[in-house]
This record gives sequence, C-alpha cells and structure tokens, in this order.
Amino acid sequence: MTEPIIKFDKVVKRFDSFVVLDELDFEVRPGEKVTIIGPSGSGKSTVLRVLMTLEPISEGVVYVDGDTLWHEKDANGRLRPAGEGHLRRMREKLGMVFQQFNLFPHMTVRRNITEAPTQVLGIPRAEARERADDLLDMVGLREHADKYPHQLSGGQQQRVGIARALAMRPKIMLFDEPTSALDPELVGEVLNVIRRLAEEHDLTMLLVTHEMNFAQQISDRVCFFDRGKVLEQAPPEELFTDPKQERTRAFLKAVLESN
Amino acid sequence: MLFGIAWDTSSGWAFAISILPILLRGLVVTIQATVVGFFIALVVGLVWAALKAAPLRIVSWPAAIVTEFLRDTPLLIQLFFLYYVLPEYGIVLPAFMTGALALGLQYSAYTSEVYRAGIEAVPRGQHEAARALNLKGMRTFTHIVLPQAVPRIIPAMGNYLVSIMKDVPLLSVVTVLEMLNVARIIGDRTFNYLIPLSMVGGIYLIMTLIASAGVRFLDMRLPKRGIPLK
Ligand SMILES: Nc1ncnc2c1ncn2[C@@H]1O[C@H](COP(=O)(O)OP(=O)(O)OP(=O)(O)O)[C@@H](O)[C@H]1O
Ligand SMILES: [Mg+2]
Repeated sequence: MTEPIIKFDKVVKRFDSFVVLDELDFEVRPGEKVTIIGPSGSGKSTVLRVLMTLEPISEGVVYVDGDTLWHEKDANGRLRPAGEGHLRRMREKLGMVFQQFNLFPHMTVRRNITEAPTQVLGIPRAEARERADDLLDMVGLREHADKYPHQLSGGQQQRVGIARALAMRPKIMLFDEPTSALDPELVGEVLNVIRRLAEEHDLTMLLVTHEMNFAQQISDRVCFFDRGKVLEQAPPEELFTDPKQERTRAFLKAVLESN
Repeated sequence: MLFGIAWDTSSGWAFAISILPILLRGLVVTIQATVVGFFIALVVGLVWAALKAAPLRIVSWPAAIVTEFLRDTPLLIQLFFLYYVLPEYGIVLPAFMTGALALGLQYSAYTSEVYRAGIEAVPRGQHEAARALNLKGMRTFTHIVLPQAVPRIIPAMGNYLVSIMKDVPLLSVVTVLEMLNVARIIGDRTFNYLIPLSMVGGIYLIMTLIASAGVRFLDMRLPKRGIPLK
C-alpha cells in the first residue's frame, strides 16, 4: 500500500489547558477524497488549520508528503520546531478554501488569483493571468474576472476562492465547510465545482462539511470526529448506512432531522 | 511695516486690507509647518505602528514607551527640548524645522494609534488567506492589510491634520513667523491687536472648514470596494 500523504501521529492540540485534538492518529493516502464530519467543537477545523500551518500543534508529529510539517531535522537528525523557511516549503503542497471565502476585497477576481503565483512562485504576470483565466473558465466565472468580490454572489465568491487556491497547484486541497456561509440556492454551484475537482483530478482532498449527500457521492472515506479523535471511519455507503458507534448514529440522526 | 509691506492706519477697513498680505505671508508659513508636520506624523506614526505590532518584545516595548512619552508630555516641552537641548549636542536645526519636527513627533504618537486601530480592524481571515497562499509577511502588510486599513484611517487622520494646523501658533515661541506671530508683531507695533487677531481667527476658521471639506471629499471618493468599514 502507498505511503500516506498526510499522517497525524499522536497529535495533541491544546488551547491553554483545553484539549482540542486528543492524541489524534489520522492518515490520508495520495489522491484520496476524505470527508470529515462531527459535532461542533470536535476539532474538524483545527485539523485543517494545523495542516495549513495556521495553528501550531502542542504535541506529536504531523507528516505531509513524506516530510514533517511542524518540525524539521537539525544537524544530528533530531526533530526541532520548524522555522519559517521549512513552513513555507511545506505550505506549497497545500491549498485551503475557507468557510468565509476570505477573498481580498480590494483586488479584482483575477488579481486575487494571480497575486500569490506571481509573488510567491515567481510566475510571469502574463502566464499567471492565463492560468487564472483557465481556472475561471473551470469554475464558470471567466466573464467576472475584472469584478471585485463584493460584486459577486456568495457562491461565485467561493468559486473564486477555490480557483485562487488551485492557482498555486497544491497537491492537497483543504475545504472547511465551503458552503456553510451560503444561501441554500447557491450551495449547488459550489458543490458542483468541488465534485468536478474530485472526479477529474488526482488531488488529495480533505473536506469538512455537513452536506451528507454530497459527502456520500464524492468521498472515498468518511471520518467521524468526536472530542478531538477519529471515533469511526469507513467508506460512505458503510458509515452512513451502518454506523458502528452509538455517537455516530446519534450525530447522523440529528443531522438528518435538521435537514 | 513688515516683510517690506506698509500698513495704512487711516481707517479700520484700510488697516485690515493693508495687513492682509502680511498675514497671508504668515499663513504660508502656517500651512508649510502643517504640511511638513503632518507628513512627519504620517511616516513616523506608521513606523511606530509597525514596531509596536512586532512579535518581539524588545522591539515593541521601546516603541510603546516612546509613543506614550510623546503623547503624555506637552508639545511645548518637546519643542523646547528640540530647540534648546539638541544644539548642545551639535544638532542645530532652523527654527521652522525644529517646530515642524516637534509637531510631527507628537502627532506621530496619535497617528500610530490610528494606524494600529485600522490595521487591527482587518479581519483575521485576510491574514489567514495570505498565509495559506504563502505570501511573505511584508507583502501581506503592504498589499493586503494596509490597502484595507487606509479607508478606515483617512477620516481620523484628517482630524489630526486640522489639529496640527491649530497647534502651529505654538511654534511662535521659538521665533517661527507663522500667522499668529505675525499678527502679534503687527499688534505690538500699531497698538491695534483687535483687527489682526480677529483676522487670524477668521482665516483659521476658513482654513479649518476647507481642510474638513477636503477630508470628507477624499473619504467619499476613496474606493471602498466592499471593505467592511465597521
Ligand atoms: N483560537 C482558539 N482559542 C481557544 N479555543 C479555540 C480556538 N480555536 C478553536 N478553539 C476551540 O477548539 C474547539 C475545536 O474547534 P474547531 O474549530 O476545530 O471545531 P469544529 O469541529 O470545526 O467545530 P464547528 O463545527 O463548530 O466548526 C472548539 O471548542 C473551539 O472553541
Ligand atoms: Mg469548524
């Protein structure tokens, strides 16, 4: 079996004394599409934020693409906390889509997408524009390239957010409740873009969502998080129809009733 | 006679009209001191703000102490300090530069707070998106955070511009010939203080109104582009 592209090894994340990730063990294989579900506060966002290097860990080791994420090896081969240089190299492997989109409001749609490729990857402006326009074609927003984010609907903004992250050509895409901030009628257009990504690319995808139908369609595996641990994980058809754990059953029942 | 311009004391109106060009000479100096002082306050204030936001305590603490000191001591003390103490150490500045520097430094303490508030109002998600995209810290500050902070900063900065203009008369104590000083000299020589002082008050009122209108105009014209301002 292939090496995991993401591996959490006994990872603890605390805020002061409050434990959010509790000796978490968690793996994702290259190209795998994994959905994370679980109650509020179970640590779903924290897992993604740790991977995106937005949130440091307290204990344990995180591996991404064969290298330690939050540590680097010193001259003697011992692990020490990673410096900014190492974090920057590791960050190139990952892209993130935020619940609140977090587009840059003072930049046009196209500029939102070209800013990092030109500044970080050093890609010439013309090439970055081409790349941006191809991505805008893919998310169906080519004609909005010169608009500013506030001139777009939430669904359109989130599609720009996806294009912006993809422009950095990451190996791993992280989606933190990408449709939770959207009006119901706009959810579909965003999910369709994510679905196409899942079907047509060998990207590794990690998705936190409450859209259970969607999770069932696109994921290879669904993980149920509870109190900072993976309580249960299985292929979607199995986890959704025949959950083993009582808490998983209760959670799924509650979600189905609220829909 | 002042600046080679004579006054006409035959009547009140004639006197007012004859000293107007003299007062306007003073006004030019007042405006120059305001502009230079404001420019110093804008630049130095941004430096303070950046230093106070630094993650290292050895950087942020001294900046916090200096700005606190600048804010909590009277402008006149700072002015005297620059004017009388610096020359003892071989630093001799023209009176005008000393005055503008004192104004700029005191107000840099205030503008640094305006920058800080404007910068802190930029949502955390903007920093996180920049970090996720691997933008460097400096690039994030200059191209993501500052452009979003500026529309929030401009109105408050406008108020300080007007305040600086109203503080310029203090520079008369170090011999700067700004407008009020000019009016006082005219009064000393003609024994008529009422007319020149009233005229200075009137000119100040007009200047303040113009400056406020200018700031409002700028604020309205500035592209906000969906930047949430509250
Ligand atoms: N910066 C922080 N400081 C203190 N506590 C935090 C911080 N960030 C998150 N937490 C806490 O950590 C816990 C897990 O947060 P996390 O955002 O990972 O949950 P989640 O599973 O994504 O929940 P939700 O479904 O509500 O988004 C929560 O109880 C939250 O209050
Ligand atoms: Mg969350």
